[in-house]
Amino acid sequence: MIREFGPNDIVYLLEAARWTVALALIAAVGGGILGVIVAVLRIVPFKPANWLAIGFINLIQGTPLLGQLFVFFFGLPLFHVVVDPWVAAALSLSIYASAFLGEIWRGSLQSVSPRQWEAGASLGLPYHQRLLHVILPQAIRIAVPPTVGFLVQLVKDTSLTALIGFVELTRESQILSNSTYAPLQVYGVAALIYFVICFALTRLSQRLERTPHAAR
Amino acid sequence: MSYNFRFSALLPYTDEIVRGVVLTLQLSVITMSIGLVIGLFVALARTGSIPVLRGAATTYVEAIRNTPLLVQLLIVFFGLPHLGIRFDANTAAVVALSINLGAYCGEILRAGLQSIRTSQVEAGRSLGLTAGQTFRHVVLFQAVKAVYPALTSQFVLLLLATSVVSAIGATELFSEASFIDSRTYRSFETYSLITAAYLVLTLTFRALFAVVWQLVFVRRSRSR
Repeated sequence: MIREFGPNDIVYLLEAARWTVALALIAAVGGGILGVIVAVLRIVPFKPANWLAIGFINLIQGTPLLGQLFVFFFGLPLFHVVVDPWVAAALSLSIYASAFLGEIWRGSLQSVSPRQWEAGASLGLPYHQRLLHVILPQAIRIAVPPTVGFLVQLVKDTSLTALIGFVELTRESQILSNSTYAPLQVYGVAALIYFVICFALTRLSQRLERTPHAAR
Repeated sequence: MSYNFRFSALLPYTDEIVRGVVLTLQLSVITMSIGLVIGLFVALARTGSIPVLRGAATTYVEAIRNTPLLVQLLIVFFGLPHLGIRFDANTAAVVALSINLGAYCGEILRAGLQSIRTSQVEAGRSLGLTAGQTFRHVVLFQAVKAVYPALTSQFVLLLLATSVVSAIGATELFSEASFIDSRTYRSFETYSLITAAYLVLTLTFRALFAVVWQLVFVRRSRSR
């Protein structure tokens, strides 16, 4: 049945946007935890661990997220995991995010000058204290702006989960577009909602970038 | 584990996969060409001194970079016909991807333009080169060198992003996957194989770009 596009539809879209935000948050947290592991495996002085991390990063960054989503969506049931678009979406987005966040954080850790390590050592600090008290505080300051920048990417990428049937902002727009036959308005409002979320994050990232960095 | 993996079921569809790869490459190259042209105009507008153009270019870049490609695609394919602008799926794919890419290329090229210091141009001119010669021998090489890494990785990202256009029924590698899936019911095998095909493509291109970088930029600047 075709009906008019009205204010109610905007409310539906805003409600669907909650799932977009929720999914992005889950992927950010899940990807963050996995990302730390990726970054650590990438820099520890143990070659096979480095290769493993590099292989994983190439695999994830070298294939389309859409492909990863479908592989998880159709692959998980083969291992008797209950397949729910939620599970497939959250899991594959987390893994996807971890490859990018891991690389961002590795870069941040390595961009702290080696002299800082040496300075810590000359003060008699053991390895873990140097890492914890000297390197990490500086690396985190370097890492924050690109990490927030990646969150913009992540919010936009949640739209792809619409294609495996997860009802978030984009899927809801497709549904509303079919029932109101007003695709321009529906997708326009959806784009606007994405814009508000992403632009706020972009601005935050730019502002953080301008704040003073660590010593180099 | 009760599932029998049968990748052999996909063997009769080699032709479709090859066709998909070719279509994806075509789509990427066409989009990259148009995106670069759009990007050049955007970069010039954003670095130029005309406020209206600068504002328009900034709005375009921010609007595109803060909304998902899929939504842009849906607007072009389903939304624009309501304004009387109609495309078939493949054209809509090129249009949406080019508009999307233009914003990213614009930012890369702008950074490239801004990375060349005016002292370089002044040095060229003071050596008696004409403006054209200064551009060709001094500016161009450095500018291309400055944007090359970002542009090539943008191309790889584009190669992966083209998979999204299967959502509106445009034909490329990923749409071949849903075709094969619908014939064989081997969803997992099909999508794993197609995803792996993208991996081969991106690794090939990355290697190719790295070789070109070594040959063109590293050697040449060393011999100078």
